[in-house]
Amino acid sequence: MSGVRVLVGTHKGAFILTSDAKREQWQVSGPHFAGWDIYHVKGSPADPNRLYASQTSGWFGQVIQRSDDGGQTWEPVGNEFVYDGNPGTHQWYDGTQHPWEFTRVWYLEPSPSDPDTVYAGVEDAALFRSSDGGQTWQELPGLRDVKGHLWQPGAGGMCLHNIILDPSDPQRIYIAISAAGAFRSQDGGQNWQPINEGLKSGYELPDATAEVGHCVHSIAMHASRPEVLFMQKHWDVMRSDDSGDSWYEVSGDLPSDFGFPIAVHAHEPNTVFVVPIKSDSEHYPPDGKLRVYRSRKGGNEWQALTEGLPQSNCYVNVLRSAMAVDSLDPCGVYFGTTGGQVYASADSGDHWTPIARNLPAVFSVEVQVLP
Amino acid sequence: MRVILPTHLWRLAETDREIELVVEGAPTLNEVLDALEDRYPVLRGTIRDHVTKERRAFIRFFACGEDLTHEPPETPLPEAVVTGAEPLRVVGALAGG
Repeated sequence: MSGVRVLVGTHKGAFILTSDAKREQWQVSGPHFAGWDIYHVKGSPADPNRLYASQTSGWFGQVIQRSDDGGQTWEPVGNEFVYDGNPGTHQWYDGTQHPWEFTRVWYLEPSPSDPDTVYAGVEDAALFRSSDGGQTWQELPGLRDVKGHLWQPGAGGMCLHNIILDPSDPQRIYIAISAAGAFRSQDGGQNWQPINEGLKSGYELPDATAEVGHCVHSIAMHASRPEVLFMQKHWDVMRSDDSGDSWYEVSGDLPSDFGFPIAVHAHEPNTVFVVPIKSDSEHYPPDGKLRVYRSRKGGNEWQALTEGLPQSNCYVNVLRSAMAVDSLDPCGVYFGTTGGQVYASADSGDHWTPIARNLPAVFSVEVQVLP
Repeated sequence: MRVILPTHLWRLAETDREIELVVEGAPTLNEVLDALEDRYPVLRGTIRDHVTKERRAFIRFFACGEDLTHEPPETPLPEAVVTGAEPLRVVGALAGG
């Protein structure tokens, strides 16, 4: 029988939760890299035992860890992220220009076909690629040519926090940057264009429809329908039917359209999950009720999923990379909270169970289905 | 000479809290850090920037009851550190409450 492995990055280490395909009994291993911020852990689709982890610290900088045995043992690999050439400057909080400075890796996206190729999204926002299993990293600097001097950090830093490699076209890459927007490359990352038409950020930007500057929190795609993208923006849940050329709002009847993660069902490309958060100044669920909202119609009409989730006095947040789906049938859905809970549903969100209750604040959740 | 590392770094390097390094002559802080990184390459980038070799902001260097953090890194280390009578301590600075 196949199994499931959930990779959890937290404020104080990584945890690996495993179960058989029933997804009822869970074993927890960890903390791995105890005491460090683990921003993201992700497995290679081409070799599920190949994992990459971003281990980072305000004191000691960046470490990239690699495992070749599904997370039982780890090896530190390359941590030298040097911008290509003279990186120039971007906007700073006070409106001045500020030099590009590497801080940390937010997101790791392994290639679908080569376990040794992996992309890293970093702060200050840039995209790096390794083709030697993480030993060395090279920037794809064309991204920062897209009005990078106008990008500026949001409250969480100027981070590239989301990378989607189009499964139908190896040359097409989507990325998202906090307080800069979404961007697309159609030539493997050499050249980029902003894909923010239709986004409206009247509360956050002086020009609500600016080409760059939108605070994109997360983007998601279904592999069978790669031209359709979903986005959780700072405010607004958005959809594009033309590979990001244009966006329209599908927040519909959500109790709040602020939030961080967004995910698409593994088998139903029109089924989307979000976790509404009250507001940007109150990073907790509306009414103290932790509710995942599911739309089976590609947005606009949303259903609250509450069974097994706390429905009173709940004031946790769910961060942008902290929700994932598995590819079993029925589809499993997972998310982690800043209160250290990881919730799982083995039935597309109808019922939820905490599979870990007292971890450090959860930064990221990824899931693998094992042969 | 003796170097004491902060917990996260000696665990990362899979060594002990206190390590012994052999550095010839009257070594400077930079030469000791070079030797440390040669022996434990995983520490590259965790104490100093890869390229500029500048100290990371929240790293401190203490020895003989003194804070050497802001000494020029080309300054020879105190004799007691060179002889091993006193350790060079690499410290993660206090930050926060």
